[in-house]
Amino acid sequence: MIWLVFAFGFWAAAWALNVRLAASSLMRSRAGRLAVPAIFGITLLVVWEGVVRGLAVPGVILPPPTAIAARIAAEVPTLWLDFVQTFVKGALSGYIMGCGAAVLVAIAIDRSPFLQRGLLPVGNFVAALPIVGIAPILVMWFGFDWHSKAAVVVVMVFFPVLVNTVAGLAASEVMQRDLMATYSASYWQTLWKLRLPAAMPFIFNGLKIATTLALIGAIVAEFFGSPIRGMGFRISTEVGRLGLDMVWAEITVAALAGSAFYGLVALIERGVTFWHPSQRH
Amino acid sequence: MKAVVPILTVLAVIVALWYAAAVWMNAPWERDQAARAGTAITFAQLLPLTMVQERPVLPAPHQVAVGLWEGLAGQAITSKRSLVYHGWVTLSATLLGFAIGTTAGVLLAVGIVHNRAMDLSVMPWAIASQTIPILAIAPMIIVVLNSVGVSGLLPKAIISAYLSFFPVVVGMVKGLRSPDAMQLDLLRTYNASRAATFWKLRLPASMPYLFTSLKVGIAAALVGAIVGELPTGAVAGLGARLLQGSYYGQTVQIWAALFTAAFAAAALVALIGAVQRVTLRRMGMAR
Repeated sequence: MIWLVFAFGFWAAAWALNVRLAASSLMRSRAGRLAVPAIFGITLLVVWEGVVRGLAVPGVILPPPTAIAARIAAEVPTLWLDFVQTFVKGALSGYIMGCGAAVLVAIAIDRSPFLQRGLLPVGNFVAALPIVGIAPILVMWFGFDWHSKAAVVVVMVFFPVLVNTVAGLAASEVMQRDLMATYSASYWQTLWKLRLPAAMPFIFNGLKIATTLALIGAIVAEFFGSPIRGMGFRISTEVGRLGLDMVWAEITVAALAGSAFYGLVALIERGVTFWHPSQRH
Repeated sequence: MKAVVPILTVLAVIVALWYAAAVWMNAPWERDQAARAGTAITFAQLLPLTMVQERPVLPAPHQVAVGLWEGLAGQAITSKRSLVYHGWVTLSATLLGFAIGTTAGVLLAVGIVHNRAMDLSVMPWAIASQTIPILAIAPMIIVVLNSVGVSGLLPKAIISAYLSFFPVVVGMVKGLRSPDAMQLDLLRTYNASRAATFWKLRLPASMPYLFTSLKVGIAAALVGAIVGELPTGAVAGLGARLLQGSYYGQTVQIWAALFTAAFAAAALVALIGAVQRVTLRRMGMAR
């Protein structure tokens, strides 16, 4: 009971604090803008802990955050092994291959309006499909190890990046292309100096969408069979053993890895497309 | 019409490549069979055999088409072999989850737009959550809800709801904020209340954004329902067909289920697109 009262008391206090913070002049500073969501996140964790302890929810249904944190601290080697298997070997290698192939194909079909008119609707169509469904097929073809996970990731990231890159290559203005023509620039010079840089905001949009897809693809593919390591393998087996704190530990790692991956790509984007209006503020 | 010929060409090339890949990937098994029987096999003999294998590595397109047709039309729709039955199991979870997720998402977006503290505290998390592989928690939700006695449609629907929730929140917040300062000022000169501003300006202005995120949301909801069927031990649904197929090496079954899912996704997105066109035209917003 005390836990429940404490949790809701904390929630009310934090909310009052956030309302005051949001109305105060602190909001003009960067720290103030970061503080409000941080307080909200901490509140969620405290309420979670309080409710789980207060209502004595069994650990096989919902473990409290402290138990998850303890499990993360205790299982660092296992988590690291799973992270390397799923993220570095599966998701990252697939991401690089898939995105690289998509950009190259986009450049290859760039010179043929015919192919573009044909491939773009097909690509848009495929990008909306439940592509994770091919995971069982690719696991059958490429075996249980990381190769099949990378293959799933390649297929998943390919179409969003392709569609975005083709859209991006069309983004430079007629005036700019005319200027390149008056310089008598060749096709490749125009591509390299004008159209690829102009396409970068679009390409990075696709790359950012693909980061999440890559991690999802690698994890879900492991539900269909994997060696005895990997995040998806650990999640599905620990769920079977009702080791929910370990499942949450893996999910925490996956969430952190996903956000960090996205953040890294966003950081590279800021460096590459520093000239774009959306980056200048 | 200009687009039809290129699209058909691309599709024809894909089908041709598929046939070539089917021959190439199924040939080793036929060669192996021939070697075991002690006979030599020529390419001309091998070619038709790769098209009709029972459990091919890659089924040829017509095998998938036959599997799909038998699954969709060749069975009574209540049969456990019918793809209509399994498709409906998945689709009902998708639609229920989509309805829950969309309603919750729109409500949260309204709260975010009207409450500054909520905006500042919830919005960063809603955006950050899109970078997280939410699908990873699907098995856990299923098992946990099962252990507290909730099973069947609802756990899958919750995963679908969760996946369609965040795109709707983010899109709807953007939409409700899309009226520019001039329009908001006009309503202020009319002394319009907050509620009137919401119903007469913000909500209509948000419709294009809402429909765009609904399309993303329903595709995500379908993926959620399919993945949600994996850990339940493959009872019913398209995800169950995929898992059974992968357990028993029934590749044709996997591909047929996959195409059913693809058609379902395309139909759902097209349906929302049609509603979008009609709505926006009647609102005078069609371009």
